[in-house]
Amino acid sequence: MSVRSYIIDDREQKRFLLDREVLVSEDVLRTERAQIFGRCWIYVGHSSELKKPGDFRSRKVAGRPVIFCRDQAGNFHCLFNTCRHRGAIVCTEREGNRRRFQCIYHGWTYGNDGRLVGVPGADAYAESFDKSSHGLRRPARFEEYRGFWFMCLDEDADPLPDYLAGAKDYIDLVIDQSPSGQMEIIAGVQEYDVAANWKLMVENSVDDYHLPATHSTWLNFMANSGVKIEPPKEEGLVLPTRGKAVELGNGHFTTDNVNFRGRPVAKWIPLYGEAAKAQIDDIRGELVARLGAERAGRVADTNRNLVIFPNLVINDGSSVTVRTFYPDGVGKMHVTAWALGPVEEGEDARARRLDAFLTFYGPGGFATPDDVEALELVQQGLANWADDRWSEMSRGMGKEGEQLNSDEHHLRIFWRRWNELMGAQT
Amino acid sequence: MTVAPPRVITRAEVEDFLYHEAALLDEWKLNEWQELLTDDAAYYVPPNDQLEGDHRTTLFLVADDRERIRQRIIRVLDPNCHAEFPKSRTRRLISNVRIVARDGDLVTVAANFVCYRYRRYERIREYVGAYRYILRCAGDSFRIKERRVLIDAHELGTLGSVSFIL
Repeated sequence: MSVRSYIIDDREQKRFLLDREVLVSEDVLRTERAQIFGRCWIYVGHSSELKKPGDFRSRKVAGRPVIFCRDQAGNFHCLFNTCRHRGAIVCTEREGNRRRFQCIYHGWTYGNDGRLVGVPGADAYAESFDKSSHGLRRPARFEEYRGFWFMCLDEDADPLPDYLAGAKDYIDLVIDQSPSGQMEIIAGVQEYDVAANWKLMVENSVDDYHLPATHSTWLNFMANSGVKIEPPKEEGLVLPTRGKAVELGNGHFTTDNVNFRGRPVAKWIPLYGEAAKAQIDDIRGELVARLGAERAGRVADTNRNLVIFPNLVINDGSSVTVRTFYPDGVGKMHVTAWALGPVEEGEDARARRLDAFLTFYGPGGFATPDDVEALELVQQGLANWADDRWSEMSRGMGKEGEQLNSDEHHLRIFWRRWNELMGAQT
Repeated sequence: MTVAPPRVITRAEVEDFLYHEAALLDEWKLNEWQELLTDDAAYYVPPNDQLEGDHRTTLFLVADDRERIRQRIIRVLDPNCHAEFPKSRTRRLISNVRIVARDGDLVTVAANFVCYRYRRYERIREYVGAYRYILRCAGDSFRIKERRVLIDAHELGTLGSVSFIL
């Protein structure tokens, strides 16, 4: 399929424009479901959410109800939460531990590996009825990278590690916070809707240009808490420290910033309190001993917002959040966000991580509600799209070499990849 | 010398206090509201899926100590707090007020609430749930030592955010 391009990518005039129709069109959304969500690797969940055989979580992944579970042998599965008989949801609990999932409608029963193990009144079926071919269906592919499980509906997709490309290095960097290389999802999920197109959340997650305008109250709070907020020292920068945007292949990208906002692992700021100083020193000492000074510095003194195309964001900033979102109509998305931390984290360090999370992120945080407001204002403003058609995304295009976190290079990476997958002629 | 027995606390007194608090919050008189708090006050909104969680081990929506409450109020009263500018109009109805425990000068109170939130051009948001208070007796009134807001919705969903004091 080939459609017109939704972007104007003029490398000569150094201008990049986005057709706002992509944020309001039902036709575009239908095509996205097939070309983007039907072909890309989509985040399902984290190994740490299923600690024992039989553990399960039911959730929606890109709008599809699935059961993320482990069988009795401990193998991980992603099953469509849809009875093979007449289509009802078979697992209605959010989470738990079960050997079997029984549909309440007629009682068809499935093992936690998806096999159909029970059909009431099975003798009424002809001999040709084959129970073994009526297990719960599942996405064509289901693979893991270091605890992060993804599904793909396209049988012919590249293996997950190839798909992740350069994003693997940044996932590794996040995981290096843990002495054993194991991170875990912390209890307590944040699920909220944003009345805006899902792609606006991709942009917002890595767009450091918006911080001073959108988040001045957060910067004030940091200053009130004793964090030094200095004016930027370099042309083009908008934050106290330097940050760049990095392309990671296959539409993935990240910011890579020198930290000024503190790191639970392991850069102390006054907000953590004097008593935390010694503990942060210890955590840092462990990092240096394990990773060497240079790599420890990368872990502790830089922060990053990583986008794994199309809809997974790992913000390793004030704390670590794993955030995914999917469209529910052109002007609405559901967001799910978790906190991530090292499995061996001590009690005080864990409490500090969660507190640091809330200084910025989430529906009650000091910054996220203003992001949500910004995205919703964009969506409202887009009612004029037919008469004011193009969004401007050219920041940084005029210069050679490294692109800053406050440029729009990384946003362009997303839109170029999106445009290509949508089948656009460029 | 005999110690005076602790005074009897009635539901009506507690209700009067909660209604007064609700009025201050709905009218955005947050600096006056702060005066109702003890110096060690805390404000919690647990996540929808872990209402009984501990904020030190569970990711909450809000887990403010006294200083964070002060900072939250500076933030939400600032016109640059975009999620609350222009301010939401809220109206909270409080009911089913019960005194559930008494320990010296501390009184544990439970109440149900509905809080309607309106913003221009936006759908109505209806926050429904339970308040749990730990109040400290102070003269003939109370101070709030702990304020916990349990939201009934299984996910925040269309409620979107908790950018005001719920």
